[in-house]
Amino acid sequence: MNTWIAIGVTALGCYAVKLAGLLVPAGLLERPLVRRFAALLPVALLAALTAQQTFADGRALVLDARAAGLAAAAVALLLRAPFLLVVAAAVAVTAGVRAVGG
Amino acid sequence: MWQTCALSLLVFTGASQFALVGALAAGGNPLTAAAGAFFLGVRNAFYGLRLSQSLALPRAVRPFAAHWVIDETTAVSLAQRGRRAARIGFTVTGLTLYLLWNLTTLLGALGAEALGDTDAWGLDVAGPAVFLALLAPMLKTAVERAVAGLAVLLGLGLLPFLPAGVPVLAAALAAPAVLYVEGRRAGGREAARRGGSGQEAKR
Repeated sequence: MNTWIAIGVTALGCYAVKLAGLLVPAGLLERPLVRRFAALLPVALLAALTAQQTFADGRALVLDARAAGLAAAAVALLLRAPFLLVVAAAVAVTAGVRAVGG
Repeated sequence: MWQTCALSLLVFTGASQFALVGALAAGGNPLTAAAGAFFLGVRNAFYGLRLSQSLALPRAVRPFAAHWVIDETTAVSLAQRGRRAARIGFTVTGLTLYLLWNLTTLLGALGAEALGDTDAWGLDVAGPAVFLALLAPMLKTAVERAVAGLAVLLGLGLLPFLPAGVPVLAAALAAPAVLYVEGRRAGGREAARRGGSGQEAKR
């Protein structure tokens, strides 16, 4: 039962914040500073998420095969490789490093 | 098993789901667990803020679209040029992810042992690689690069000290911080142009 309470609270809370962002009045978004801010926020959040999913193990910072995979993705991006190739390079290099013993 | 599926159907924001399950499995209080999951979900509000500009959805559609406001749909939509492409990106990403996410949740709940160790296949790095690929075109100027760099430092640096989900929110502060510095610089240049050197001296 407790688990259902947790699920219900999480579902409501997460839906509410998603909706809140969409419902902000358009007039507010016309202002240049707000526009600039809203454009930069996803950059900050995506960058932080990328870093955490690569270098974090729970709450500890680690350097493992995932870093090699992400580096491969970065190289592929610099070479202007297509999107799927970028992801495939990251996955392949990570799996390869782990297979070798990483 | 029903609980796992309900999570994917109703919450549909991966990081929050993992946080909730992790906290409950560790014997956490359900409300504390929900609070942690909620913090991880708060970033979706910021995505919505940005998306409502580029998608310009009719008011009646917004409550339905809101459920799909997540990392992936935002990243794909914002990578498109033009409103039509952004809307298509949002809908296609939302629909495919929602179907696959719930289908794979069901399969996982039914018995994932057969799959073996997914980490050995390197699949866990696909997420960050996708984020990186979508982030790269956004880093057009020094301002965006500064925001991304500062966000990475904040997100990783605060990780060991703050509860799960909070470091990412703290990393969002990189955006106002860089905007503030940029604003002061622009202000300083303006003052210098007007012949006042006082603003420059202060910095």
